[in-house]
Amino acid sequence: MKRRDVALAFAALVLLWQAAAMLIALPILPTPWKVAQVFVDELLNGSLGVNFLASFWRVTASMLLSVALAAPAGLALGQSKRLNRIFSPVIYLLYPIPKVVLVPVVLLVLGIGDLAKIVLIFLILFFQVLVLVRDQAAGLRPELIQSVRSLGAGRRALFRYVYLPASLPAILTALRQSIGTAVAVLYITESFATKVGLGYYIVFNGGTLLDYPAMYAGVVALSLLGLGLYFTVDWLERWLCPWQYAG
Amino acid sequence: MIQLRALTFGYPGQPPIFDRFDWSVERGEAWAVLGPSGCGKTTLLYLLAGLRFPSDGEVLVNGMRLTRPRPQTGLILQDYGLLPWATVRENVRLGLRVRNFYGPDGTHAPAEHRPSLDVEAWLGRLGLLPFAEQYPSRISGGQRQRTAIARTLALRPDLLLMDEPFSSLDAPTRESLQTLTQELCTEQGLTLVIVTHAIEEAAVLGRKILLLGPHNTAATVIENPDAARTDFRHSDAYQSLCRDLRQRMESPA
Repeated sequence: MKRRDVALAFAALVLLWQAAAMLIALPILPTPWKVAQVFVDELLNGSLGVNFLASFWRVTASMLLSVALAAPAGLALGQSKRLNRIFSPVIYLLYPIPKVVLVPVVLLVLGIGDLAKIVLIFLILFFQVLVLVRDQAAGLRPELIQSVRSLGAGRRALFRYVYLPASLPAILTALRQSIGTAVAVLYITESFATKVGLGYYIVFNGGTLLDYPAMYAGVVALSLLGLGLYFTVDWLERWLCPWQYAG
Repeated sequence: MIQLRALTFGYPGQPPIFDRFDWSVERGEAWAVLGPSGCGKTTLLYLLAGLRFPSDGEVLVNGMRLTRPRPQTGLILQDYGLLPWATVRENVRLGLRVRNFYGPDGTHAPAEHRPSLDVEAWLGRLGLLPFAEQYPSRISGGQRQRTAIARTLALRPDLLLMDEPFSSLDAPTRESLQTLTQELCTEQGLTLVIVTHAIEEAAVLGRKILLLGPHNTAATVIENPDAARTDFRHSDAYQSLCRDLRQRMESPA
């Protein structure tokens, strides 16, 4: 995708928003210009920056934690048919459960601090990464493994030179696919029983203060957070997996 | 160089492919192993490579019983076995990287291994320098197989095992790679065992041809000293050898 096209799409969406705001002409839908002004003001003088950082930390910590735990687990399952036979029924049952329904349970067990929020997002990302990495590792052609073994590679070298690079695209794809869900769940966990985070900021400004421009500033910040993560993963993929873009 | 002694091997639930099978290969010989699908050609090669092990009997290479892949044996497979995420140059370096990773431990790498990643001479010898920065998906099948050969030869093997290496290539590419294989074996003093189902390939590359059938108890060996001659492919002797091999394959004794 070209940058110019993305910028054009952005401009079109802003125009659409502007038109809708002018048509509806109610406080519930302020114009993008008004929201932009409040966004900058809240960022410089208000609490938007602090709330953004709190949300950013929670979602980034969850992503790192899920990759750190799910990638090795997926590699282990993908390499060993026996392990996979034992665990795949469990994963098969757990994978489709919408993890967001666990919000009350996790909040009860882990309390209302950062940990509960990080664990919830982690649960979603963990299974995505686990399944994709496992399938990628299991799908490596036996001929590839045999020929690298014939070069002298034992388990450690196979891991380093075959399984690890082979799983990188799977990790990044899993992250890219689940960023939307992760940010949505972040919003849900932050929308009650907390005093900091973009979810809190949006609900507090929209529901309690009825300050709609500030609420939209929060929505924009949350969107930028999701978009920023998406762009980062996209960039990592281009940087770490250049062969996928060759030719 | 290679001795199979009373080798027995079969897959579970099936009659053994090899039953007390004896065979030996001298240093510097060029062998083609020929037979129909399912006769155990590939299995034999994997046994020689130390990637499979006999249920009975033994495989000796240089007098040593194989318990794992031997650092001085090179293996080339039909599907190239290249890493899709590495460039041609990095693929050719892979074996050296593996050796550098373990160090000269005598099992993964020869005890006299010195860390190096220099493969330029091999890239040059196999005509790969113009494609050195390309990924395998961007080059032709013949270039991919050249990459696999360079990767193997960069490890300075003394024994080269090839499993149907050229069967997915078009005829001119196949013939040029067959000739290249002959040249490299002579240049490097390699012992060659090539497995193939193509009669013509066995006749061109095998100075000795081992004919396998569905159930192997004794080795059927056909001598073919003329394979070393450069114009052999166009000779009458070649034609009559191919006829002979075809007859033997169609009506196994």
